[in-house]
Amino acid sequence: MSMPLFPIGSDPGSSFPELLKRVGLAPSLDGVGELAVPHATTCVALRFADGVVMAGDRRATSGNLISHRGMEKVVQADQHSGVAIAGAAGPAMEMIKLFQLQLEHYEKVEGSALSLEGKANQLSMMVRSNLPAAMQGMVVVPIFAGFDLLRSNGRLFTYDVTGGRYEEHDYVATGSGMLHAGTVIKIGWRDGLDRDAAVALACRGLWEAADADSATGGVDALRGIYPVVATITSDGWSRLDDAELSNVFESIISEVRTR
Amino acid sequence: MSMPFYVAPEQIMKDRADYARKGIARGRALVAVRFISGIALVAENPSNTLRKISEIYDRIAFAGVGKYNEFDQLRVAGVRAADLKGFQYSRDDVDARSLANNYAQILGQIFTHEMKPMEVEILVAEVGVTPDGDQLFHILYDGTVVDEISFSVLGGDAEAISARMDTAEGASQSLEAAVKAATTALSGPDRTLAATDLEVAVLSRLNGRRCFKRLSDDAVAAALSS
Repeated sequence: MSMPLFPIGSDPGSSFPELLKRVGLAPSLDGVGELAVPHATTCVALRFADGVVMAGDRRATSGNLISHRGMEKVVQADQHSGVAIAGAAGPAMEMIKLFQLQLEHYEKVEGSALSLEGKANQLSMMVRSNLPAAMQGMVVVPIFAGFDLLRSNGRLFTYDVTGGRYEEHDYVATGSGMLHAGTVIKIGWRDGLDRDAAVALACRGLWEAADADSATGGVDALRGIYPVVATITSDGWSRLDDAELSNVFESIISEVRTR
Repeated sequence: MSMPFYVAPEQIMKDRADYARKGIARGRALVAVRFISGIALVAENPSNTLRKISEIYDRIAFAGVGKYNEFDQLRVAGVRAADLKGFQYSRDDVDARSLANNYAQILGQIFTHEMKPMEVEILVAEVGVTPDGDQLFHILYDGTVVDEISFSVLGGDAEAISARMDTAEGASQSLEAAVKAATTALSGPDRTLAATDLEVAVLSRLNGRRCFKRLSDDAVAAALSS
């Protein structure tokens, strides 16, 4: 591969998607028609005292079938932010990959990372550019969450298919189980929750969604598959390990038993 | 009709090389040296914002001396080439050798075909998963590539600095020792360089996916006084 050099007027700057267009590698999903592709389901994010918690189940469905049990829909975008996706799994994974690359590319070319607001806007543009595919059923609706280093607090953003960007103050849920998970978190959310309480609340939301929504996966103790849960604070992204999640779900189970 | 004077090709190349070398010699030098867990890059650079050393990819760093706008243009092209390759194939397929070859092509092309050669010397460094995988590619203004073993010196006065490099401990030295050796070699016997005069970064195997990390002035000062 030769090295990409551009004349001054058509230089793509620090934008990786622009660069892909210039070299003819931009991904396109135009004209794929209605397809039965795997869909990813429920993700939640909520703000707590030190930042945000993000959580998502691991199931991907294709119609009435479970197509994947171990999908990771909550992923780290960069040091201080994460994305969670619901919708058509293929385009969503592609979008996340491109988004991660764009953040890193910008950081390397410019020598400093984008602000959280800048990252949220960047994702908005990517969702917007997926609109032609969304019209054909390949809807991708992400949640973006991160720690804003300029304002020193956690922030949450949700999107619609047209790229509309909405900042949520307390919590957000997306995907087929969003009603159940969102309601649980809505009732349990308090300002200034500590980390453990926020993690427990996010897990409880996923638990109830899995309980009532067939497309949302629950805890799979048989295979040792737990939801992806991560916190983002001023220290950056940190994913909870399965041992800790096992304890969290253990206490949910014992609590449910007493009902 | 006037005829242009005949100038021998040898003379043209020599003039261009002299021109490039003079431009490079005006700038301050840079040393890259291997240590136990990777590669340390130490540049004499009082600026805290205009960088000579930067990250290209997970395991690859770039360093340039000479004319800032010229090596910065090469740096950005390198970041783009690496990110594109990683996107198109996989992150594991991005390597310093092919990047160094690309740089050599560009610099060679410009040296022979353009009016003005680039007044830069660059280094592409890659940290391996094990110490055997560490690589240092030193690329000159005319596209010459040199594969260096334990350390590399770029910029004006490179010969004298190389002669001063203390290589007794080799690649098994600590980071502190590597930074100290590089700084002593850069400063020479007649002056001392403080942490604020230096730009230091490391490519370390221990840093996770992105091996590149800048050292703060405090960390450099601590290394120099150890």
